[in-house]
Amino acid sequence: MNKLVEYFRTQMSQDPDVASAVAAIRSLLEFLKRDQSETILGLRENLTKAIGRLQEADSSVAVSSGGELFLRFISLTSLENPDLSQCRNMMIERGELFLKKISLSRGKVAKLCHTFIKDGAKILTHSSSRVVLKVLESAAADKKRFTVYVTESQPDSAGKHMADKLRKLNIPVTIVLDAAVGYIMEKVDMVIVGAEGVVESGGIINKIGTYQMAVCSKAHNKPFYVVAESFKFVRLYPLNQQDVPHRFKYKADTLKTAEDLNQEHPIIDYTPPSLITLLFTDLGVLTPSAVSDELIKLYL
Amino acid sequence: MADSEGNERSKQTAIINHAADEGDEKSLAEIQKAKNEGKELTKEEKLRLRKEKKQQKKGKKDDKGPTEKAPVKEKTANPPASSQPVTQNAAQKAPSAVSVPVSESTAPTDKSAKSKAELKAERRARQEAERASKQAKKEPGSQAPSSKSKAPPSELQPAVKRLPEHIQVDDPAVVRKLAKKLERQQKSGQGTSLNVSRVKIPLRSDYGYKVSLFSHLHQYSRKAPLTQQISIPATVIHPSIVRLGLQYSQGIVAGSNARSVALLHAFKQVIQDYSTPPNEELARDLVNKLKPYISFLNQCRPLSASMGNAIKYIKKEISNIPSQYKEEEAKKKLLSCVDSYVNEKITLAAKGISKYAIDKISDGDVILVYGCSSLVNHILCEAFEKQRKFRVIVVDSRPRLEGREALRRLVNRGIRCTYVLISAVSYVLPEVSKVFLGAHALLANGYVMSRVGTSQIALVAKAYNVPVLVCCETYKFCERVQTDSFVSNELDDPDDLIVTRKGKTHLADWQSETSLGLLNLVYDVTPPDFVDLVITELGMIPCTSVPVVLRVKNVDQ
Repeated sequence: MNKLVEYFRTQMSQDPDVASAVAAIRSLLEFLKRDQSETILGLRENLTKAIGRLQEADSSVAVSSGGELFLRFISLTSLENPDLSQCRNMMIERGELFLKKISLSRGKVAKLCHTFIKDGAKILTHSSSRVVLKVLESAAADKKRFTVYVTESQPDSAGKHMADKLRKLNIPVTIVLDAAVGYIMEKVDMVIVGAEGVVESGGIINKIGTYQMAVCSKAHNKPFYVVAESFKFVRLYPLNQQDVPHRFKYKADTLKTAEDLNQEHPIIDYTPPSLITLLFTDLGVLTPSAVSDELIKLYL
Repeated sequence: MADSEGNERSKQTAIINHAADEGDEKSLAEIQKAKNEGKELTKEEKLRLRKEKKQQKKGKKDDKGPTEKAPVKEKTANPPASSQPVTQNAAQKAPSAVSVPVSESTAPTDKSAKSKAELKAERRARQEAERASKQAKKEPGSQAPSSKSKAPPSELQPAVKRLPEHIQVDDPAVVRKLAKKLERQQKSGQGTSLNVSRVKIPLRSDYGYKVSLFSHLHQYSRKAPLTQQISIPATVIHPSIVRLGLQYSQGIVAGSNARSVALLHAFKQVIQDYSTPPNEELARDLVNKLKPYISFLNQCRPLSASMGNAIKYIKKEISNIPSQYKEEEAKKKLLSCVDSYVNEKITLAAKGISKYAIDKISDGDVILVYGCSSLVNHILCEAFEKQRKFRVIVVDSRPRLEGREALRRLVNRGIRCTYVLISAVSYVLPEVSKVFLGAHALLANGYVMSRVGTSQIALVAKAYNVPVLVCCETYKFCERVQTDSFVSNELDDPDDLIVTRKGKTHLADWQSETSLGLLNLVYDVTPPDFVDLVITELGMIPCTSVPVVLRVKNVDQ
């Protein structure tokens, strides 16, 4: 189990560009390969425990959703084969297939989204998202001219990293304070953000500050686009900010060490579907109400 | 070739004058000849032949004596290329009875039976007369609705484009159609061997002045239940159904789930007491027997969406009984089907829904409920047993005051409750954290149909940013689409709105006031933008995903 977490961390550090969910799924696949259990039930239990451990290590929504989807995907086949090793091989095959599919998902999203960026556009984005980066990259490769405003996104100043990466791509970028979102909203044409998780209602869970950006964009009638891969769809249905479970709101270490959670500041917030215009996923361009439809297909 | 053509020409004229039987043979012969010689019948000829065949069939059925109307003259005058204009001519000129011996006809004619042309002419004349009379009837316009009495047919019309009759009360033609249908039903409901004492399913008459926006709906009075008009013995309607109808119309059994369960229990009784008449198949006969019962119940109180779905299910099960089943087996199977339906769709669904709903209730919550929904009460009681700390605000409204029943049930469990009337809802909402609502039906476009007042609560809750949760079992999902509360609703007894305080009733004779109308609506529809979450036994879904569930359910069936 500990080796699993180590493997996960090495994956994350080796390839900083990889999504945390992809790294988690790679680790789970390795775990599956090395697993020694004798029965299917035992295998499933071990996998569930492994997912639980990974969630403790990294409390992002994407890890939990990716893990659950991985489990469903590999057990979707009829495991009637009495021979355990054959079953396991089949599961590993499906696992590799799943991994291959989701590694390509970011490219698919970028392909769908970059056409929405027109020449001369001014885009506002929040914090650092690799998917948004990929989208802007493909738009730039398409010889489009646009400028980007990035929020600083405290407490970890992730916005600065995003700005550095964009500068390397020769995209004009400006960093704004989190408090200046309302000020800058009238200048921009659209808002594009990533998501850590997409919930059943069609809303998203993302870095704190996304919700107020969405409210501002609604007030100014600017389109609010979300780019997310399909493995981030999660079976959660928050009604409001308080309804999001604690294990997502705070970092994993904080959950373990903090005495009073009320003193800690959450790192994510929930944006309801009424504020989102469109979601770009590898399943296609969806409206928030279509997310539930896709979730039913994915999970049933 | 020429020979056959010539033959055909003469035959065309001859056929017009011929008796039905002869023409039959001739047209057959003609077809045979054409086929033999490989000549394709022209379009007109085919049309003509078809018409002849139809006429022959009609001629055999008609009992009218042969008439002298032989518009033969016109036929001979016009080239018989197509019979269509010929028959029209015939119809117009039918009154002018001219019988002209047809010299051209070579074949021997038998003029005893009517000729095809005469039949066509008569038929056309009849159609015109009917059309004219229909238009004449439509002109006088809709008469006073109180004089009309009509019963809505079963809501299980398969036709998609037809309007259901129960929302066309002010159209006299529809009224008449329904009266006829009820008569037909009670006749068909009786086997051929039964000695009938022609008891009709009575039509319930509307009561009182109806507000013009809702004049297309029924408005019955509770003081005139349908059962008073049925004589004893009512051989057509099973006594448990009569009892059920009375319970519905007097409001003793109220609430969507209660009505469905009572209906299914009554049907179980009917099935148990049923015996297949000789020469009849159980599958078909039982369904026919149920039809008058359903019409009767509809008269007592319009069917709810949940009842409609339950009836659809039962009818499907009955008609799927294989014919080799003996009567006892079939009855047992049906009874077990009904039991499993009640168990799965209502009892177990309630358990599933409470499981999801309890997740959404956190400690310290203030929950607002409206009226009395059996499902919401069940959820709150379960949550209380699972040691959740919350308090409830019960909102109530006149004239039904159903909230008092909910209050009674919750307080008996020990839950802290507050009671307000709906006029105070914007006063209480700032302290509410969640609103739980029940539903009568969920429509295919995501609208929620529920007790009148629900959409008001949802609207105010939205304004205060309070999440609104609707709890509904999937058997209440219906394929109907509605965007407003006018097009299909239920009007309750207007006398319920009259209040007597200190012995004084101001509205005692409201009927004499010509400018006054009392409106007692029962349902209203809430748009999906006001509803944040729908909890069903399949899980938590947004309101816009109702058609997905319907689609999945249809695939299952």
